Amino acid sequence: MPKVKPHRARPSLDMTPMVDLAFLLVTFFMLISKFAPEEVVVVDTPSSTSDIKLPESDIITITVDKTGRAFYAVGGQQTRQALLDKMSAKYKINFTPAERKQFATMESFGVPIEQLKSLLNLSPEERKRAKQPGVPFDSVNNQLGDWIMQTRYSNPKVKIAIKGDNDADVPAIKGVIKTLQDRKVNRFNLITDMEVKPRNL
Amino acid sequence: MAEIQEKGGGGGKGGKKRSKKQSTRIDMTPMVDLGFLLLTFFILTTTFSKPQTMEINMPVKPVKEEEQQALKASNALTLIADEKDQLFWYAGLPDAPTAPGVQLTDYSANGLRKILLEKRSNPNLTVLLKQTDKSRYKNMVDMLDEMNITGIRKYAIVDVDPRDTKMITEAKAKL
Repeated sequence: MPKVKPHRARPSLDMTPMVDLAFLLVTFFMLISKFAPEEVVVVDTPSSTSDIKLPESDIITITVDKTGRAFYAVGGQQTRQALLDKMSAKYKINFTPAERKQFATMESFGVPIEQLKSLLNLSPEERKRAKQPGVPFDSVNNQLGDWIMQTRYSNPKVKIAIKGDNDADVPAIKGVIKTLQDRKVNRFNLITDMEVKPRNL
Repeated sequence: MAEIQEKGGGGGKGGKKRSKKQSTRIDMTPMVDLGFLLLTFFILTTTFSKPQTMEINMPVKPVKEEEQQALKASNALTLIADEKDQLFWYAGLPDAPTAPGVQLTDYSANGLRKILLEKRSNPNLTVLLKQTDKSRYKNMVDMLDEMNITGIRKYAIVDVDPRDTKMITEAKAKL
């Protein structure tokens, strides 16, 4: 009599744990991810060995691009609205509620306050393409300093960071620093990339 | 879980033939695909690290000139960043730089860092960081970074002196 062959089941993989794992990771990344804010101007920062991390909130970022234009950014929608109200009172420029709302959603800008109204009235696509001349910070018309001062009045805890491009010219950076020093801001941060600290000194 | 156990239909009376039931297994492959697609998307869009910063403390502007302390020539070291990533340095004061006068160096580990490490033995060493208008912001960060690496605490960012400009021009003519 021939031997009875044992019945073999087809090997089947149970995928359930794999799905579990995948979705666990998905949820994890969904919860921790924060989308990078849109930049008005792309800046390539120099690298340094400093490993201080920039705080998340209460920070003013002054971006200086390679042509020496200054862009101003401050976090927090309420802060921005309060700031715009203060600045409009100072410069006697009235903003409509719609413009104020638009300003609150805008991360950073680089126009003199006289042109801010027209910038706020553009559509988002147009605003991305609009040429922004930078916030003026020369000694005659130092609006950058006023923005900084008004932000500090509405939020005294605010820290200031300068984000300069590799090729930014020194007079522009020095102008920004002088603006800060004239307003008694003697402590500020320079945003840089990572670089490994040399061990053997 | 997602698998439903098929009960062996051998209970009760034996010998009775039953029609075979369709298995109720679900193919999970598309689900896995979807899961990993989302996973990769979120991994790629996450911004992990906060930006690095270096802190700078600028000196408070003195109200009166007399409040400023004069810097001794023996403690002074001046670095002047110039165009094309050139870096000039001299020890002493701009009136009379001590030997060897104005020297050219670079930002590499064998350039500026070596000089700073040699001079570091003097605890009162004060480094003056100057930049001509043609230099780049990167040079400034590099100089500050070298201060950070070599652990020199006393340094200041100052404007270029007319005497410095003259000395650099002379040094360039010699090169």
